[in-house]
Amino acid sequence: MPPFLYIFLGALAIVSALGVIVQRNPIHSLLALIATLMTVAVLFIGEDAVVVGFLQIIVYAGAIMVLFLFVIWLLNLQVETGPTGHLALKLFGSLTAALLATELFFILAPPHLQVKFTHEPVGYGSLASLAGKLFTDYLVAFEVTSVLLLAAVVGSVALARRLPGTDDPRAARKTAS
Amino acid sequence: MSPFNLAAINFVWLPILPLVVVTVAAMAVLLAGVRVDDSESEGLGLLTLASLAVAFVFTLGILGQYGVAFAGAISVDSFSAFFELVILIAAMFTVMMSLDYAAENRIPGAEYYSLLLFSVLGMMLMAAAGDLIVIFLGLETMSITVYVLAGIMRRNAKSNEAAIKYFLLGAFSTGFLLYGIALVYGATGTIKLGPIHDALASGAMGSNPLLLAGIGMMVIGFGFKVAAVPFHMWAPDVYEGAPTPVTAFMAVGVKLAAFAAFIRVFMVDFASVGAHWQTVLWVIAALTMTGGNLIAVVQTNIKRMLAYSAIAHAGYLLLGMAAGVRSGPAILYYLLGYTFTNLGAFSVVIALERRGEAGNQISDFRGLAARQPLLAGAMAIFLLSLTGVPPMAGFVGKFYIFSEALHQGYVGLVIIAVLNSVVSAYYYFYVLVAMYMQEGGVEVERLSARPALVAAVGLAALATILIGVYPQPYIASAANAFHSASGAEGSHSAALEP
Amino acid sequence: MTTWYPVAVTLLVAGVIVGVMCTINMLIGPKRPGAIKSEAFECGNPPSGSAWGRFSVRFYLTAILFLIFDVEVIFLYPWAVELRYLGMFGFVEALIFIAILCVGLLYAWQRGALDWD
Repeated sequence: MPPFLYIFLGALAIVSALGVIVQRNPIHSLLALIATLMTVAVLFIGEDAVVVGFLQIIVYAGAIMVLFLFVIWLLNLQVETGPTGHLALKLFGSLTAALLATELFFILAPPHLQVKFTHEPVGYGSLASLAGKLFTDYLVAFEVTSVLLLAAVVGSVALARRLPGTDDPRAARKTAS
Repeated sequence: MSPFNLAAINFVWLPILPLVVVTVAAMAVLLAGVRVDDSESEGLGLLTLASLAVAFVFTLGILGQYGVAFAGAISVDSFSAFFELVILIAAMFTVMMSLDYAAENRIPGAEYYSLLLFSVLGMMLMAAAGDLIVIFLGLETMSITVYVLAGIMRRNAKSNEAAIKYFLLGAFSTGFLLYGIALVYGATGTIKLGPIHDALASGAMGSNPLLLAGIGMMVIGFGFKVAAVPFHMWAPDVYEGAPTPVTAFMAVGVKLAAFAAFIRVFMVDFASVGAHWQTVLWVIAALTMTGGNLIAVVQTNIKRMLAYSAIAHAGYLLLGMAAGVRSGPAILYYLLGYTFTNLGAFSVVIALERRGEAGNQISDFRGLAARQPLLAGAMAIFLLSLTGVPPMAGFVGKFYIFSEALHQGYVGLVIIAVLNSVVSAYYYFYVLVAMYMQEGGVEVERLSARPALVAAVGLAALATILIGVYPQPYIASAANAFHSASGAEGSHSAALEP
Repeated sequence: MTTWYPVAVTLLVAGVIVGVMCTINMLIGPKRPGAIKSEAFECGNPPSGSAWGRFSVRFYLTAILFLIFDVEVIFLYPWAVELRYLGMFGFVEALIFIAILCVGLLYAWQRGALDWD
């Protein structure tokens, strides 16, 4: 990936990430978040991590953002007016940001402080290399993931299914009006 | 040419047989339970109990084996066997407490018991993990199921509150752990515990900032799960609001699994960089002991009191971790005693509970000795053990951890711990005084109709005394378990032959 | 970057086809506008008004079930691409994976989580 494209996409990702936190309307924040995820996905693909890039789009920008939308509807979140956020939350946020900035400093710092990077082997990030690892070295992790997903099915049905004898189905149908 | 090296995976079925049994049982309970009425879930409970017992027997087969299986994903040693066995015991006690409780409170049996089994699977994976990915997946399986279990009484507002609080903070803390894992992977270039151990032991890492940041993040992640101060805020509300058997399961099972992974990763694999994290754990241990005990003093609800007590006990265990590798066996022994003691105490709390809230106040214990001398006697045993009075298991555990820490020269921390034990005596004895010297309180109803619960109380009381009076075999197996994980580093990642 | 040429060609072809179809439709399609037909289509919901009404939790349940099975498919994608190398071993592996998740589907079905009323 040529440097100018890299810088352009990086700047775009940062601007849209800022958009997530400065928007007062949760839906606008969500759209900005999708833009961020898409840009990061393109960056991944540009760095040859093709599978990760596509997963980012399919799972995060697609499925998980839809879920975010449902949560926003479900909780009936309104446009924020007035100042928001606890002092403690702001303090914690600044602290985390400072930590991440320190980390960045160490990575970009002068050579004697620089973290050593290992170069990835040829074909790294391709679907074939992922499959090769996932189905042999990480066989246990792969199978456990299905159990984890099953537990998630059970959990979500247990918490959100209609309890017998309650909840008139017609009451739920009355949505926006 | 095939890019896949199938021969590199060493299939050894024996170590994962208990995990398979638990998974299959969970699915069977789930499908069989869909048609079962919520008030008749005892059968599902008994099925769960039986499958846990089968898994227990299979786990015994791992004892004495040594190596890794499935390309390093599963550690096979007495350490994992020890924790898996204790986790299974905790789960069996939880089921015994739940049999009548779930039916009386109309908790849906299919979901309740299958989630319990999935959670046990996650815990056992954390104990048996051979790489950081499996630790993470185990933690997620355990946590997600316990979030739901905390809120399984959907008509109870407090149960809902517990679930949402636990979920939000738990998900946040999991993020820390995952980020820490990613950073450690970045620093060492491997995700498997054996190679991480070797990479750190070679000394080439030095104080690599990525590694330091990773270790720090992982301390926070595990700190949340074991409810260490200052990551404990969720614990009291969640313990209070969750159904009481689930509270017991959280206080014991979740803590066991989190400590199993915490101890294996830090005291074994990060041992050579102990200078980087032992001081941090020193501070966290001191804060946790002091915070837990001081706030426990002012509690009026027994479940909240036991929650703060659990925080305090996590502090004593962290003290052991801060003191270094030598106290490893003491921590494992302490966890064993803690398991039976706490399970017993929560069983008594359930016995006093009636539908809804009644029975959860400390004042409800007034005069219990006169009405139910045996139940009060059992509760006295558990409280004395929690305080650390001889000859209970809690005494030997505390003595063992403190003396090992003293040998290592951690005098200041041990003084803090002993002072804290004195403070803890106040609130534990407060319940004793209520039971034996005051009048009033609630009637305990139909104890004879709840044989499983009575058996749980009795067995826990017996075990608490037995482990305390005759500790040698348990200390020996704890030491054996810990050394099987930490000893003989050379063969740490040797693959088991099928 | 040469590996990406097919993708670019696909995008180009897709763009041309869609453009041509829309243009033809605009030029020769019959138009009988009406008040309801000119409203935006919103899956049967009124398209305007307050967007802040409450939605039933069942939308959410459907969404999360979709998400879980979506993630399952993601895991099968690398398997499908590399199946011929993985052979019988990989087949059985994925079969177990799918079977475990089928239990989830069966359970959700039996519990009525897939029924709307």
